Amino acid sequence: MTTIDRPTYRIVGTRPIRPDGVEKVTGKAQYGADVRLPNLIQGRILRSPHAHARILSIDTSEAEKTPGVFAVLTHKDFPVAEDKIEELGESAVNLKELSDNILASDKVLYKGHAVAAVAAINGHVAEEALKKIRVEYEVLPPVLDVRDAMREDAPLLSETRFTKSMSGQASDKPSNIAAITRFQGGNVEEAFAAADHIVEREFTTKMVHQGYIEPQNSTASWNSDGTLTIWTSTQGAFVVRAQVAEVLRLPVSKIRVIPMEIGGGFGGKIPIYLDPVATLLSKKAGRPVKLVMNRTEVFMATGPTSGSSIKLKMAEKDGIITAVQAEMAYEAGAYPGSPVGAGAMTMLSPYNIENFVIDAYDVVVNKPKVSAYRAPGAPVSAFATETAIDELAKAAGMDPLEFRLKNSAHEGTRMVTGVPFPRIGHEECVRAALESPHYQSPIEGPNRGRGVASGFWFNAGLQSSVSVAVNVDGTVNLIEGSTDIGGTRASLAMQLAETLGIPYDDVKPIVADTDSVGHNDVTGGSRTTFASGLAVVEAAKDIQAQMISRASKLLNAPEGELRYEDGAVVSSDGSKRIPFAEIAAAQGRTGGPIYGNASLMARGVGGAYATHIVDVEVDPDTGKVTVLRYTAVQDVGTAIHPSYVEGQIQGGVAQGIGWALNEEYYYNEDGTLANASFLDYRMPTTLDVPAIDTVLVEVPNPGHPYGVRGVGEVPIVPPLAAVANAVAEATGHRFTDLPISPRRVVEELHGLA
Amino acid sequence: MARSHVTTTLNGVETEYLCEPRQSLLEVLRDELGLTGTKEGCSNGNCGACAVLLDGRVVNSCCVLGVEAEGAEVTTIEGIGNADKLHPLQRAFLEEAALQCGVCTPGFIVSAKALLDAEPDADEHRVRWWLAGNLCRCTGYDKIVRAVLKASAQMQEA
Repeated sequence: MTTIDRPTYRIVGTRPIRPDGVEKVTGKAQYGADVRLPNLIQGRILRSPHAHARILSIDTSEAEKTPGVFAVLTHKDFPVAEDKIEELGESAVNLKELSDNILASDKVLYKGHAVAAVAAINGHVAEEALKKIRVEYEVLPPVLDVRDAMREDAPLLSETRFTKSMSGQASDKPSNIAAITRFQGGNVEEAFAAADHIVEREFTTKMVHQGYIEPQNSTASWNSDGTLTIWTSTQGAFVVRAQVAEVLRLPVSKIRVIPMEIGGGFGGKIPIYLDPVATLLSKKAGRPVKLVMNRTEVFMATGPTSGSSIKLKMAEKDGIITAVQAEMAYEAGAYPGSPVGAGAMTMLSPYNIENFVIDAYDVVVNKPKVSAYRAPGAPVSAFATETAIDELAKAAGMDPLEFRLKNSAHEGTRMVTGVPFPRIGHEECVRAALESPHYQSPIEGPNRGRGVASGFWFNAGLQSSVSVAVNVDGTVNLIEGSTDIGGTRASLAMQLAETLGIPYDDVKPIVADTDSVGHNDVTGGSRTTFASGLAVVEAAKDIQAQMISRASKLLNAPEGELRYEDGAVVSSDGSKRIPFAEIAAAQGRTGGPIYGNASLMARGVGGAYATHIVDVEVDPDTGKVTVLRYTAVQDVGTAIHPSYVEGQIQGGVAQGIGWALNEEYYYNEDGTLANASFLDYRMPTTLDVPAIDTVLVEVPNPGHPYGVRGVGEVPIVPPLAAVANAVAEATGHRFTDLPISPRRVVEELHGLA
Repeated sequence: MARSHVTTTLNGVETEYLCEPRQSLLEVLRDELGLTGTKEGCSNGNCGACAVLLDGRVVNSCCVLGVEAEGAEVTTIEGIGNADKLHPLQRAFLEEAALQCGVCTPGFIVSAKALLDAEPDADEHRVRWWLAGNLCRCTGYDKIVRAVLKASAQMQEA
């Protein structure tokens, strides 16, 4: 671990056992699908067999008559939705489109689009009833590929959608191109004219899925007093509440969302799919209703991330990257909202490049509406950039890491948006990669190659609220509202214990429901340990102030002469000292409960960089690429709990390896997703990835009291390019289309494509 | 649908239940018997989240019918250890941070127990080979493999 100028702490930087750990290793932890309630019935959803069709009629009468069926639902049961944008934290959504995606109204826009729902005594009965619903469709031609969808003669997903640009409407005819965004600086023409070397490439990637192991679920109870309770697995209970309130036109105060444990999300569990359906089924049936997707539904009808097509031209002169021109088009799926803007904003962030023009197209296609997936938009744009950089380094006769170091962004470098970077750690990452045992070791043997790549991702701030209750025995309850997907109960409890100077084991964190804590935005944007951590530190300071006030009475000393230090209140001359537990014990007779709060909009975000090194071996006969060795270097700010930081990095790398080598949404011409199972959608297993070494570089974020940066997302940014660069070294052939699957390797190496 | 009577030994306790012939063992465990520690990830045998031991063999309970457990011994995550007496694998998973979201964890622990019962001194390759039927999307497997190797070492010392 490389640590740059940070203090040592008592608890921050240690590796305690997570508070929710025992429940999770013994099978006691309650996830969304584990909810059991009296009178609970099961719901199932009827889905479109067509990728693009108009709904002419839906006849549910036979399904309603089926014994054991309690309720049947179609879009007619929904209130008319407004055409307005709702911010969800890491993404935004148009409410009418959200509503139409939950249950289709006039058109189905992808195979698997929800059309109707049934609640019945059990799931088997509900499935039988679904078969009795008659839907009449007018089938329309689908458009499945981003470039096809951009053609003027392409089938239109909506006749009323016009292209938007930053200056307003940019098309006079309806289009599948929902938006065009341009980022530019300097003068690319002059730079290209003066270049020593120019690389020009086209890249494509396919839709891929987050692949969380727990399918989406929702259990809703419409209560007799007109209130609604929802139990669900989500990255943000408050965001579920907000979306349900908007879609169903309910007062926010009447909805209580109880966040169950979540079995992975990676951005995919921010939008809602099932909650309004479970709610209205429950209202009709007069019983609580549970909906759980099966795996096929998860693949077909939740949000994967975009397939993409990127044209990139990059120039180099005297070892400096002088110009970039990019035209990038991302598939949004059925409704607008691909992460192409974030892809454009991050693709040059590791570097200081003066001249650039980036055009970003958000394009609808007849596939599921995409949702966020870990650093949404960045991995595929980095795949393009980092491939071109690799080629330019070679052309310039430089080591690929030295080339990246020479062109690196640093404090003050402007992003493509014109905003200057605060203190960042890309140079430190590249240096640590250069010095790593992995990079220092030779790579030997036939058909083997080494690749490197860098990446950047933002750190979201957004809103967090926490409360801290001090108990008479000196323990504390930390009441927070951020979904814990991978150890944030621990990372928040550690920051509280550190700031209060009390033992970690004395802090009991709970992720509360929406009635029981102030608003918290989603666990997304790598924000929770940073932003909810800031709220924890602020609440701890609130407690410290109250402790000083109470100690003043107990010590009979003016507050101005007291300070909080190492879990005690001490007088400025050091003569008097009263520990936390004693003040806690006396709270009832010194003014009542000691209870701290903090609610904030987090400022001071710390974006994060990563540089990865990978060795591969390619079998030229079978096309199989074996990952031999992997090292991920990352600027993590300060690692609060290093094991969970390493875990985030290793998990992101494995997802990135899958994206590079195997994973893709494979569509037939009629818009059928042909590989909607874990057998056919090949996620990496234990045998597909090696041990993943991590190097934590700590360049503390000046915007956080302990220096926390967002760490969760950036590790998925470099692997696509790093693996592709390694394969190019191993084979002498440049792969510009993902995944680099065995079939593709054989076809391209043997000229069969 | 008519229900069948099944007698089985579940986590060491003789247990009787009624189930429909079409119900999987996973469905019976979770919905009829309330043992929700066994998770459902795909329901077609590809993710391992529902792994249980059936007469000592690791099986995906989504691919076994409830009626097939007649006369068998079934061990689920609930039968492997509890808070007061954690199995060395459970302790190692905690110490090595081998879980993030935790939904695949019961399946991994059940599969790893079957491995260590069969091959107490399994090396890294054997661990990876044996656990290839369990998908985890959070960890990249590194810490899971280390946790299993650590538990194996501890169990051999004991």
